[in-house]
Amino acid sequence: MKIKFTINGKDVEGKEGEKILEVAKRYGIKIPHLCYHPRLKIVGACRMCIVEVEGFPKPVTSCSTPIQNGMVVKTHTPQILKDRKINLGLILANHDYSCVTCPQNLSCKLQKYSKEYGIEEILYEGEKRPFEVDSSSTSIVRDTSKCILCGRCVRMCRDIQTVNAIGFEHRGFTTKVSTPFDIPMKDSSCVNCGQCVIVCPTGALTEKSNLDIVIDALNSGKHVVAQTAPSIRASLGECFGMEPGNSVTGKMVTALKEIGFQKVFDTNVGADITIIEEATEFVKRLKENKNLPLISTCCPAWIKFGEQFFFEEFKHMSTCKSPQAMIASMVKTYYAKKNKIKPEDIVLVDIMPCTAKKYEITRPELKHDTNYVLTTIELAKLIKEFNIDFKNLKDSDFDNPLGECTGAGTIFGRTGGVMEAALRTAADFITGKDNKDIEYKQIRGLKTLKEFEVKIGDYIIKAAVVHTLGEARKIMNKIKDGTCPYQFVEIMACYGGCVGGGGQPRYEDDEVLEKRAEALNKEDKNKKIRKSHKNKQVLKLYKDHIGEFGGKKAHELLHTKYSKKEHL
Amino acid sequence: MKIAPELDGDRITIGLATCGISAGAREVLEELQKQEISMPIIQTGCIGMCYNEPIVTVIQDGKKYIYGKVQREDVQKLAKAIKNKKIYEEKFICNELNELPFYKKQKKLVMNNCGVINPLNIDHYISKEGFSGLKKAIKLTPNEVIKEIEISGLRGRGGAGFPTAKKWSFIAEKKEEKVIICNGDEGDPGAFMNRTLMESDPFKIIEGILIGAYATGAKDAIIYTRAEYPLAIKTLQTAIDICNKEKLLGKNILGIKGFDLSLRIQKGAGAYVCGEETALIQSIEGKRGNPQPRPPYPAQKGVNDKPTIVNNVGTWGHVSTIMQIGAKKYSKVGTKKSRGTKIICLSGDIKRTGVIEVPFGTTLKEILIDIGGGTPSGTKIKALFSGGPAGGCITPNKFNTKLGYEEIKSLKTIMGSGSFIITDENTCMVNIAKYFLTFTQSESCGKCVPCREGTKRMLEILIKISRGVAKLEDVDKLKELAKFIQNNALCGLGQFAPNPVLSTIENFYDEYIAHIRDKTCPAHVCENLIHYEINDKCVGCGNCKIHCPVGAISGNPKEKHIIDQSKCIKCGKCYEVCVFKAIDKK
Repeated sequence: MKIKFTINGKDVEGKEGEKILEVAKRYGIKIPHLCYHPRLKIVGACRMCIVEVEGFPKPVTSCSTPIQNGMVVKTHTPQILKDRKINLGLILANHDYSCVTCPQNLSCKLQKYSKEYGIEEILYEGEKRPFEVDSSSTSIVRDTSKCILCGRCVRMCRDIQTVNAIGFEHRGFTTKVSTPFDIPMKDSSCVNCGQCVIVCPTGALTEKSNLDIVIDALNSGKHVVAQTAPSIRASLGECFGMEPGNSVTGKMVTALKEIGFQKVFDTNVGADITIIEEATEFVKRLKENKNLPLISTCCPAWIKFGEQFFFEEFKHMSTCKSPQAMIASMVKTYYAKKNKIKPEDIVLVDIMPCTAKKYEITRPELKHDTNYVLTTIELAKLIKEFNIDFKNLKDSDFDNPLGECTGAGTIFGRTGGVMEAALRTAADFITGKDNKDIEYKQIRGLKTLKEFEVKIGDYIIKAAVVHTLGEARKIMNKIKDGTCPYQFVEIMACYGGCVGGGGQPRYEDDEVLEKRAEALNKEDKNKKIRKSHKNKQVLKLYKDHIGEFGGKKAHELLHTKYSKKEHL
Repeated sequence: MKIAPELDGDRITIGLATCGISAGAREVLEELQKQEISMPIIQTGCIGMCYNEPIVTVIQDGKKYIYGKVQREDVQKLAKAIKNKKIYEEKFICNELNELPFYKKQKKLVMNNCGVINPLNIDHYISKEGFSGLKKAIKLTPNEVIKEIEISGLRGRGGAGFPTAKKWSFIAEKKEEKVIICNGDEGDPGAFMNRTLMESDPFKIIEGILIGAYATGAKDAIIYTRAEYPLAIKTLQTAIDICNKEKLLGKNILGIKGFDLSLRIQKGAGAYVCGEETALIQSIEGKRGNPQPRPPYPAQKGVNDKPTIVNNVGTWGHVSTIMQIGAKKYSKVGTKKSRGTKIICLSGDIKRTGVIEVPFGTTLKEILIDIGGGTPSGTKIKALFSGGPAGGCITPNKFNTKLGYEEIKSLKTIMGSGSFIITDENTCMVNIAKYFLTFTQSESCGKCVPCREGTKRMLEILIKISRGVAKLEDVDKLKELAKFIQNNALCGLGQFAPNPVLSTIENFYDEYIAHIRDKTCPAHVCENLIHYEINDKCVGCGNCKIHCPVGAISGNPKEKHIIDQSKCIKCGKCYEVCVFKAIDKK
């Protein structure tokens, strides 16, 4: 049933159960908010979204107030402005004002609102709560002096990701967000997914920066090369004022070259190799009906989550390295050999949408092939530091021999992409034909659990695509109790897959992720070759260097192993 | 109704609720048990006269003798008096309670068993009409029971005064599983009525809950109370165990098919905010006790998303009473909008501290002067703080006001739990505002900005004022913040936290000005604004010099002494020990 009411005199409509803020947002009426997030439980903590509703004695929080027929809402009255200003003043009184040295400088919501509401002096002075900076994690820095206790990170970590690495401690004025017993982040159950970073409205949670060390590497005279993950091209433009969904592949390569990277490789090629290995693995397991479902292992946050909570079910995991690690392995073996450069003289920098990748490269089983990881956000900062006019850059191509990908590799950057790419190849492997029906639209989109069935040859394959770790937990519990009906499962820790990764530009609305995903789908569609096992460059790689699909050398170079991780 | 044999005949009763125990009742009981007295000794709860604890009542040959402030050393003499059928004059108070001014204006509808029966003897309870309310209820339909409660005019005794019948009807109409909660998370400074009732008459609360369960169709009930009430928890748990054994809880209660109720106690971990119903529900679910935005209201989504009603311990007690004595009879007590009685706790600068039950409509003057007896210092009452840290102050010129939800609200304060804290002329109003705000500020859950950050800034300004370092515009800032917090905090704790501050500013603005402009504390309380001086009455005895912990006093024997102000820490020891009134507090 439609509900009709007015906001600021404008007639608006909503559905029953919707809140004022949601409807306002849809109509382009901006109501400031810090703790509200469309995907998180409504808590009404920050009190920034207060509005006046006729007949209500006091302001109400628009995030939590359901709409009613005939409601008269005003979002910006003199009283509301005054209250919001006091509210901001109070938040700021307990905030570290060092904006110029804050990683979130100029992309901070608190800073933005302070400007919008004309905070030009310190309104309240007094005691500040003690703060701490925890940079023990490979991926995420927590600086509680910047924390405004909106609790978005806590809700994300607890409710969506079910990791519970952080929570509220103490109460009242001394409330803080911390790990259990204040242990360092690196020792907590944190899986480094960075979804807390994505939702943090201030600089309290940021990715751990490797910018300086990369600039030093560029300055060192060593052979510095880069690879860029599938999803970066779909989001990087946003950091330069471009609309979400603009693919900036060519500009990105040019920018990296201008910065001084000698070669820029495409992680998508790694994705193609992954698919060949994983599809081989899948077809083998399917034929033997053993260790099914096969679970994808491209996502390092998911792997740590699994190692912590479900290690006893790890026979289901694919043994494939992530596409990034596969490229890293190729760079340090094949590329190094081919170009007669000692592997230790190559500095490989991976541009990833992901904070967990910073953790992944420290895993000893990956032999430290990658030297550093930069996130999308860090790359944008680097481009700005180099004063590159990004928007007006010309396009360049990736470098060979790891520069030509298929459409299948491209869609890895979004949820469902690995599954779709794998099925394209698996179908050909099983049937021995060149199947034309290659788009699996039923597993696209942002539903966190997408189940489907597909007939390939004599097999009816039941599969599921999940994203967010809470959803992964449900699937794993099903596997544990023997009620999992699937043969193949794709798991990504971040909502939306890598386009929503912890190292991506911060976003709030699904629309942004949909546009980023659509940009990748478009690239896929425009590719002549859309199946990984048809990638000529990759096939040459197998011929020259890797050998058989899923063979002994392939295992040596492209597969990995896991170990149980203790957690609190 | 058969009277339990112990309640008929010669007997001794002794109050062993927390107040009695802390005054030494346990020792008295031990001593009593050693005496050769051929009478049963019955342990009861609290009779309400905290100022007279420990209280021992002797019923002998049909006559009652009530003794107060009985100590262990009194027991032998008391025993002797009993044996000789005489009165032990030294500690004798009265024969009947209603001889005392403390009781004359009280009306015990809910607390009628408190201090009279053994709280854990179900026969005692039954012989005092116990469970007759439930028996009447089950002869009616659930809707008729709700109608009865509506007729009684009962409003929630937790503070907000929401009509109980209306609250029940919200969940009664729902088909799904429902939960009812008895809120015993009493935490206001100066409030101990819930504790008293839980310790003194647990079956009355359970009966109320049973009636509520019957009326609403809830099959799960939880009593939420604070872990700091160990005796109340023990008493309630024992009472629940007895009810389970007697089939008053469990399945098919009283033989009625489908009338099931499981009742359990959930202990809170000591957070004041968990008395707020949404925080309480979070706490029951094992989560951090943070209030949640409403809607959804607990009646829509409560414990584990089930429709839930939360009523105060007192409310459940009233429910039993209403069904026992009849809604019409009950509704005749009190005023038009506030029916029945209200349990009030008197504390602070009042002669007769304790728990009282008065009909709504009793004037504040009757409560404070006739029942409470005025201040112990004999000075005038400066103000009454109702509703604990969420309330405000009422000045003596308003003491003719009648007790009632709306009446109290019209004085810009709240009924709240019914905690009445009385202050005399020696109280500094800035200091007491600071006291209350310190309480709420430290009990803030830390979730919403106005409460977490705002009360802290308010407190900082108050501290500045009490130290004499504030400016006049700080009062404006204080008022502005107070209004902001009232309007914008998430839950009641925050919204009401500024009340004591605004209320004292309104009623005692002069005192604020004195602190700020004149840098004096008129009540001589605020440490930074007072100093001690020795006057000409000094005989040079040297007593003050001996007691001064920092050696700030000097002088030769038999000569006037002097206080070195730079050393003085204003502890007030010299002022206390001087018998010549030679030390002035200025």
